[in-house]
Amino acid sequence: MAEIHSYTMNFGPQHPAAHGVLRLVLELDGEVVQKADPHIGLLHRATEKLAESKPFNQSIGYMDRLDYVSMMCNEHAYVMAIERLLGVTPPLRAQYIRTMFDEITRILNHLMWLGAHGLDIGAMTVFLLAFKEREDLMDCYEAVSGTRMHATYYRPGGVHRDLPREMPKYQASRWRSQKDADRLNDARAAGLLEFIEDFTRRFPKAVDEYETLLTDNRIWKQRTVNIGVVSPERAMQLGFSGPMLRGSGIAWDLRKMQPYEVYSALDFDIPVGVNGDCYDRYLVRIEELRQSNRIVAQCVDWLKRNPGPVMVADAKVRPPRRENMKGDMESLIHHFKLMTEGYCVPEGETYAAVEAPKGEFGIYLVSDGANKPYRLKCRAPGFPHLAALEEMVTGHMLADVVAVIGTQDIVFGEIDR
Amino acid sequence: MSDFATLAATVDEVLAGSAHRVDSLPDELAYECEPNHLLAVATALRDHPALRFEMLVDLAGVDYLDYGRSEWKTLSATGSGFSRGVTRTAGRPTGSLEAEARPSGRRFAVVAQLLSISGNRRLRLRSFCADDDEPIIDSLVGVWASANWFEREAFDLFGILFRGHPDLRRLLTDYGFIGHPFRKDFPLIGNVEVRYDPIKQRVVYEPVSIESRTLVPRVIRHDNRYDPALIEGRGSANG
Repeated sequence: MAEIHSYTMNFGPQHPAAHGVLRLVLELDGEVVQKADPHIGLLHRATEKLAESKPFNQSIGYMDRLDYVSMMCNEHAYVMAIERLLGVTPPLRAQYIRTMFDEITRILNHLMWLGAHGLDIGAMTVFLLAFKEREDLMDCYEAVSGTRMHATYYRPGGVHRDLPREMPKYQASRWRSQKDADRLNDARAAGLLEFIEDFTRRFPKAVDEYETLLTDNRIWKQRTVNIGVVSPERAMQLGFSGPMLRGSGIAWDLRKMQPYEVYSALDFDIPVGVNGDCYDRYLVRIEELRQSNRIVAQCVDWLKRNPGPVMVADAKVRPPRRENMKGDMESLIHHFKLMTEGYCVPEGETYAAVEAPKGEFGIYLVSDGANKPYRLKCRAPGFPHLAALEEMVTGHMLADVVAVIGTQDIVFGEIDR
Repeated sequence: MSDFATLAATVDEVLAGSAHRVDSLPDELAYECEPNHLLAVATALRDHPALRFEMLVDLAGVDYLDYGRSEWKTLSATGSGFSRGVTRTAGRPTGSLEAEARPSGRRFAVVAQLLSISGNRRLRLRSFCADDDEPIIDSLVGVWASANWFEREAFDLFGILFRGHPDLRRLLTDYGFIGHPFRKDFPLIGNVEVRYDPIKQRVVYEPVSIESRTLVPRVIRHDNRYDPALIEGRGSANG
């Protein structure tokens, strides 16, 4: 009988730990991974090509659907690229709003990651706890943009509208008594900013709670310590960014190093790992939750004190006000032109990058002077991370593949585009 | 300012003869090099002690086939109304890239975004493939490992071949896909569609049955609203 040394196994595309549609062809020797070949593209929608056929503003919504757990950060890079080519700067209040929502998005993303990563390697409870807090932040998204996920809230030149003065409230129903509704509405009595402020006050406690479940947990440590170690030099070679790079001990964060919007005016720290393993990356992300919370609190404080415009006054990019459209011919024409053909962006090319929760999300935009992008390239942070998967899992056990996929924080919306 | 200017001067000096600076936004550095110099330029950018671009952040293919070409060939519809013709602006920054004037060997480009973590600077490097029909260029995998998948993607979507790439397979499109979908001459609706055939009990490929539609305005390049001459004459009548 022939002796079988290694065998090939298909992981995914419908595996719950594949975080979407990853097909991973694994070559195993017993339980030890010899080779891993990720097959991606099962979620390829040609976002970049679609964007080439539409006026600039109509592609903002596509950006939400790239990394669908950090929606507004994707929009941010896209509108920043357009703003750079147009040469417009959003008003300060809009910059604070964007910063605040970027950080809210980071918390959203990290909570999703924490829950899913925990679930992948056997910690069920964190998932439920993380989603409790996530729900409140989703409500913030909804209050400001009308949708819980795909906000389409940022615009070149600012944000779509100012923060609402009222939060949506729970109502009593057959399933919820008036008393319960009142309790839930407690924090929602005032506006959105007060609601977020209340959130920032109770969130550090929630993070402590997650930490009690995981940080010193023996099983958690057995599954993550010394798994998927990446050296700093290798991390740079492989194009890592975000927590993956910081977990390897490189203090690199675009918010500090190449600040955009108002990050240079805010006080926050960058956590850095030591060993470059899954556990360090976990610690980095947990600390980022706390730091993001700090940034949000500072933004709320500023926004409460400083009302003002949230969109540039330039009629070239800003649609006219609804009231003006009713009585003013010029506004009506502007509205029609902006909504149909959009605006022309001066010829040139630019690369705009933001520190998205998963790493550097960049937009390389080429404009030939038309009302549509000539070429749009989304640089997704997860893409080089997943490309390095083989290197990270070779020599590990099959179960560690799941831990490494989890620690990379893979989302296929952005990798396949 | 001084930092940026010194960096530009250093790069100019290091790459003299093999790459030249191209116009870009004032705070960005963009260079272009001949394809046969690409590897040398990339290695110099990574290893020169004053530059040290350790990381390749992104690599994108670009197809310049339709660059600057208008889909709307009429001239101004009315004297001041719609103006949907192409108006060439003076001093085009990217040079002879327009469809009409583009010389051979200027269709496919590979654009790399480099980042130096130690020096906190960025640089964009563009190189055109010499042959329009069979674009081939040196692979950067040996210089930056992260180029691996980016080059596979550019191969898949644009059909750019990378000389020396260890594993140049398709990445994003379907198994057995024909064509390179991000080329400008590839239709947006694609060439084939798939459906499940209950008789054959498998997925079958067929030519597309839908027709290409344009629901949004075509490429518009000139806009009277922003014509400097008109704006000056009009004052602040803009609502």
